[in-house]
Amino acid sequence: MSAPSGDLHQEGARQMGICNSCRYCEGYCAVFPAMERRLAFERAELEYLANRCHGCNECYYACQYAPPHEFAISLPKMLGEVRAASWRSHAWPAPLARSFERGGLVAALALAFGLAAILALAAALGGGGASLLAARAGGDFYAVIPHGVMAGLFGAVGVFVLAALVAGLLSFWRASGEALAGFARAHALAGALKDALSLKYLDGNGAVGCTYPGERSSQARRWFHHLSFYGFLLCFAATVTGTVYHYGFGWVAPYGYASLPVLLGTAGGLGLIAGPAGLAWLKLRRDPATANPEQTGMDTAFLALLVLASLSGLALLAWRETAAMALLLCAHLGVVLALFLVLPCGRFVHGVYRFAALAKYALEQRRPGLDPGRE
Amino acid sequence: MTAEREAEVLVIGGGNAALCAAITAAEAGARVLLLECAPRHYRGGNSRHTRNIRCMHRAPTRVLTEAYPEDEYYEDLLKVTGGNTDEALARHVIRTSEPAIDWMSARGVRFQPSLGGTLHLSRTNAFFLGGGKALVNTYFHRAERLGVEVLYEAEAIDLALDAGRCSCVTVRQDARTFAVRARAVVVASGGFESNLAWLREAWGPAADNFLIRGTPYNMGRVLRALIDRGAQAIGDPTQCHAAAIDARAPKFDGGIVTRVDCVSLGIVVNREGVRFYDEGEDFWPQRDAIWGRLVAQQPGQIAWAIIDRKPIGRFMPPVFPGVRADSIAELAAALGLPVQAVVKTVQDYNRAVQPGHFDHAVLDGCRTRGLSPEKTHWALPIDSPPYYGYPLRPGITFTYLGVKVTPRAQVQLRDGGLAKNLYAAGEVMAGNILSKGYLAGIGMTIGTVYGRIAGEEAARHAAGARQAA
Ligand SMILES: Cc1cc2nc3c(=O)[nH]c(=O)nc-3n(C[C@H](O)[C@H](O)[C@H](O)COP(=O)(O)OP(=O)(O)OC[C@H]3O[C@@H](n4cnc5c(N)ncnc54)[C@H](O)[C@@H]3O)c2cc1C
Ligand code: SF4
Ligand code: SF4
Repeated sequence: MSAPSGDLHQEGARQMGICNSCRYCEGYCAVFPAMERRLAFERAELEYLANRCHGCNECYYACQYAPPHEFAISLPKMLGEVRAASWRSHAWPAPLARSFERGGLVAALALAFGLAAILALAAALGGGGASLLAARAGGDFYAVIPHGVMAGLFGAVGVFVLAALVAGLLSFWRASGEALAGFARAHALAGALKDALSLKYLDGNGAVGCTYPGERSSQARRWFHHLSFYGFLLCFAATVTGTVYHYGFGWVAPYGYASLPVLLGTAGGLGLIAGPAGLAWLKLRRDPATANPEQTGMDTAFLALLVLASLSGLALLAWRETAAMALLLCAHLGVVLALFLVLPCGRFVHGVYRFAALAKYALEQRRPGLDPGRE
Repeated sequence: MTAEREAEVLVIGGGNAALCAAITAAEAGARVLLLECAPRHYRGGNSRHTRNIRCMHRAPTRVLTEAYPEDEYYEDLLKVTGGNTDEALARHVIRTSEPAIDWMSARGVRFQPSLGGTLHLSRTNAFFLGGGKALVNTYFHRAERLGVEVLYEAEAIDLALDAGRCSCVTVRQDARTFAVRARAVVVASGGFESNLAWLREAWGPAADNFLIRGTPYNMGRVLRALIDRGAQAIGDPTQCHAAAIDARAPKFDGGIVTRVDCVSLGIVVNREGVRFYDEGEDFWPQRDAIWGRLVAQQPGQIAWAIIDRKPIGRFMPPVFPGVRADSIAELAAALGLPVQAVVKTVQDYNRAVQPGHFDHAVLDGCRTRGLSPEKTHWALPIDSPPYYGYPLRPGITFTYLGVKVTPRAQVQLRDGGLAKNLYAAGEVMAGNILSKGYLAGIGMTIGTVYGRIAGEEAARHAAGARQAA
């Protein structure tokens, strides 16, 4: 027991040591059962535990040792800091990650704007200037940016993003002390998938939700997260359906307002406006003692890009037959490209690392634990 | 006195008993004012440090396994108090503890699902999800929704008892002193465990070496005022729950994490390097409540638990790391103990250890023969370095001296009468049931049951007075 120290992992070990003696919060979340299997908390253990924490703040409001108590425990803050540091240290490629560390929002918006401008410029040069502002009956996107260019661009970015996410995942997995082969174990994947898809720990222990953003229980965060998560899935499904239409059936976009890709995309887009906007609003109202201000920029950038991508997508849908279409298309694609590019180094990776942490726990559960012979 | 306030029911205290009383009275329609002398952040007294409540039940429930019938509960209580309890009150508490869980759940308290296993308390005790501070927060939210007015940093410093009626309570908040007049008053302000001067009065200078495990705010001011104004005191001021906790713990408020759970797996020596009690008498959760008193009786009120490598991982990890050494002599030196005496104690102990099959999950057959005192379970030789030593001090949990009450929570007076509008709940009357000894989880049971009774009685009295007015 030492006084709170500046060093993040030393401070993490201090706080986890107190929690491990106390364990009052063991029923709240997945951090505690994993903590109870351990007696020491080095960096690898802390990063693993931090990625099992979803920052619900329950343990903070329940803690008899929360500041101003001299033990000064705030797991959401400490684990949030360790988590953000773990994402940064495992993110690939490192320079990209670093550029979002500070001023994440400005950097992300600049990236989106820049990409949109480049697209507009390219379209203007390709189409001969004037056509950029002409209305197109039927809203034909490919007249502005040819399908091949669009598919090639997003394909390349998609491959990059996937490679970056996998690189980060593997780096995290190895640092956590697990063998590469462990990840391929059926029970590890099955256990992690089950917990991840059911968003098991977001239900806040039954009907009352969690203590976020304040001390009283609320379902708000869970619902906004659901809106974002399923909104994202629906948008993804819209893209997949569109791709199947294009290559499978030879049906070329734009699709009618009642078509499957448009319906899925619209529903998803609405979710991706309400969800992230709600999450950002809650974040602003949260108790500073539980927050990690360093991470706020990155989080806000990601939430802002999600909202912008949906807004610009819906605007594109609404005005696709007007003269604004070409510019809206460039803006939308620019934002979506920027969103993809920040995925590997932003808030999105929490899903990936959390998945790895769930898989590790599924492996760990089959190993013998400690037996402190408690009450 | 600068101002006056009025309330139908005044509740003094902000812990479990006070909150149960305030909620019950408010639900019965009374206008309730609650005084908590702690700042908002430290509200909830000792209740914020708790984790479970002991409840009778005739069949398994959502949160308790098997059954824990009234008679078994009462027998357990008789055992720890040496038969010295108020049977009517005790049985009343036990019986009313059965519906308590549902009452608590209905007001938002969440419990952990019951865990299986012999070592667990989950047959007799229900565990709060998140512990006592989560429970206290839930009750405060509930009380506020019911319109209970809560004043923080508002300390009741005196009360007037005229012909058995509490006519006025004097309160200090910031630099202001004011009187509160209420139709009925519930005192739920805890014991006097935070009052070092009073502890010294009871224990002598030894008390200077005690640590206080819970809140620094239970100064016993209202208890003292009650006794001074004619309430009947009950209990011995030296009786309390006291555990042996790590000597490096803070003076106040260290809570649960300062416990040292390896006593039953090693040996304990005093300042002279000599053992003084059977460390393996029973499971540690059954014994931790006597070790505070045992250490308090040692010279300098200090002792040291010594283990070797073998028990590591078999007891709850302590917050303060053990002092570590590669030989017993080095350990004794590092702990500042007489080296030869400690080496001899360990040698004698190791020689007396009988062969047996060690199992910390049962009362095993590993014991010593020929020592005084013997160690009767979990006795393994202390011979595998590294060795660890943990300094122990008495850690006072809460005191038992209180006011005598009727089964309806009315305060009894020294002149034989009953106070007319004054009720007590929680630690401040726990001495009616606990003369000495302790049953894990019964503190919260007494507070919950008596808090509800006091709240109900106070609301009824206030309603009667309202009609009469
Ligand atoms: C570390 C620890 C762990 C424990 N674990 C358990 C457990 O698991 N189960 C269990 O049953 N028991 C446990 N106990 C015992 C338990 O805490 C008490 O028995 C119980 O909380 C008593 O409740 P209460 O409401 O009477 O007192 P408290 O909760 O102590 O509340 C007293 C309140 O009165 C206020 N107060 C005091 N004086 C004044 C005044 N003059 N004016 C205004 N307000 C005043 C205090 O600030 C406080 O809010 C534990 C105790 C400790 C210290
Ligand atoms: S957060 Fe606080 S109450 Fe919860 S386990 Fe840790 S120390 Fe205990
Ligand atoms: S903030 Fe929530 S998820 Fe994180 S450790 Fe605390 S209870 Fe668990």
